[in-house]
Amino acid sequence: MSNSDQLKRADFIFKNENDWEDILKKNIKRSQQELINELISSELKGRGGAGFPTGLKWKLSAEAESDAKYVICNADEGEPGTFKDREILSLVPFKVLTAMAICGHVIGAKEGFIYLRGEYFFLKPRLNEAIHEFETYCKTIHVDFSIRIFMGSGAYICGEETALFESMEGKRGEPRNKPPYPALSGYMNKPTVINNVETLAHTYTIFKYGAKRFYDLGVQFSRGTKLFSVSGDTPKPGIYELELGMSLADFVNDFGDGDTKAVQVGGASGFLVPRKRFTETNIGFQGKLTGISLPTGGSMMLFNSSRSMFNVLDNYLEFFREESCGQCTPCRVGCQQLWRGIKAVKSGDKNAQYLDKLLRLAETMQLTSKCGLGQSVANSFSSIVENFREEMIY
Amino acid sequence: METVSELIKTLADQHGRNRQNLLPILQGVVEQEKYLSESSMIEIARELDIPASEVYGTATFYSFLSYKKMGRYIIRVCKTITCSMKGKNQVLLAIQDMLKIGIGETTPDGVFSLLQTNCLGFCHKAPTMLINSDVYTELTPEKVREILSGYLAKAKEGGDYEQ
Ligand code: SF4
Ligand code: FES
Repeated sequence: MSNSDQLKRADFIFKNENDWEDILKKNIKRSQQELINELISSELKGRGGAGFPTGLKWKLSAEAESDAKYVICNADEGEPGTFKDREILSLVPFKVLTAMAICGHVIGAKEGFIYLRGEYFFLKPRLNEAIHEFETYCKTIHVDFSIRIFMGSGAYICGEETALFESMEGKRGEPRNKPPYPALSGYMNKPTVINNVETLAHTYTIFKYGAKRFYDLGVQFSRGTKLFSVSGDTPKPGIYELELGMSLADFVNDFGDGDTKAVQVGGASGFLVPRKRFTETNIGFQGKLTGISLPTGGSMMLFNSSRSMFNVLDNYLEFFREESCGQCTPCRVGCQQLWRGIKAVKSGDKNAQYLDKLLRLAETMQLTSKCGLGQSVANSFSSIVENFREEMIY
Repeated sequence: METVSELIKTLADQHGRNRQNLLPILQGVVEQEKYLSESSMIEIARELDIPASEVYGTATFYSFLSYKKMGRYIIRVCKTITCSMKGKNQVLLAIQDMLKIGIGETTPDGVFSLLQTNCLGFCHKAPTMLINSDVYTELTPEKVREILSGYLAKAKEGGDYEQ
């Protein structure tokens, strides 16, 4: 593990997209197998948070037999504290479009969609212009691939891939049971590759520079770079491209205000790390050798000692309570109960032991909820309650 | 401006009459009408040949598809953690004070509605709000008063008042 003392900054994603025509032309001529192998050997994992190997996803869809297949770019960025995808689509849209077309070539899809969250409606006209220019170029080199924007309408859960398909099919955005997985049965029950905006942008880097260049960045199990959305109590809020595998202590050194008491890694559905764990915690995907390693869709929220962790948790739970799709009981009722529960403890209506009951409830939600939303509420809940118990009571 | 039923027909022609086109059609109606009335939901159901209950069930799932009449300009103030740490409450108070409405309410002249919303994806520039689809960041009470004055002026000269 190459855990250096400093953060290693990188500059791939936002650098020079003027060469997209060449990248497209060059890669569209390569065989499907070759492109899949390149992606697999880069060890790129999905940048939306879940971290599924991207090459494998493309491979499964490529191998599926079907009359129609789809490529979907998931731009339903709703995780509190995350804002990198918007920046990618604003600054380097052609990288994403190119990656989608290459994916279409690999799996045999002629249609692609960008599912854009309703809050980013202002991006639509510019993005449509880019799509128009892109499609015009595709025609000149005989690439048969079209891209359309599908607008969301203010529902966080639609970032969950199967809920997103439901939404695109004109229904309530309620997650489906998995399996079947999207790679085999996704939008309109056809094989679908659905990738986060940032993931697609990284495939562009890989197809441009080769898998090795990407693989050589980061650490074992967490290869490459990642965009981090930094917010909260920091003198430098913004978006930064860093290599994976850094320690949280290094991160706080660089981005903290000198008084950081905790960092929420991965947004409301992620984990809170208190100061005493900064050194032992790394940012990347879980792996056998990486110690305590936290995955993240990129959200890094810093809190200094002036902040009440009760208020933070209260705010997260209110968020989940509103954004739960309501389909399954553990999540629908659980989110409400956790939210009411901490308020009851704070106001003295329930005693401190009640927190233990709530911790067990969170565990039950983790085990029995249908999708990632209900399953991940326990992450922030347990890590905040366990590390800042006194703040929940007094 | 088209009547609602004309609008629904135009939207259905433009997008298609499959179930997959339901959301774009709902969005198109909300864009013009600022909400989905019961009768427009029934009309959409007829146009796409699906049960009205399905249209209602889908529409009410999404927070941007209002089924209550909204103002010409819908203000959505972010209430998620970073915005709330960086002074969202003062911003909200300034708006309420200036427009004399509470959260969830619409001004009597039908120009503004005030809502709170979850993370808008500009946390590094908190606090933030949307007015229709325009984003405003790094808000302060002063800044917000200035922005709203701009909209008020626009509403007056454009004869934007609707009753
Ligand atoms: S876990 Fe929550 S969001 Fe997911 S399906 Fe169940 S109710 Fe819906
Ligand atoms: S918390 Fe308000 S924009 Fe993210």
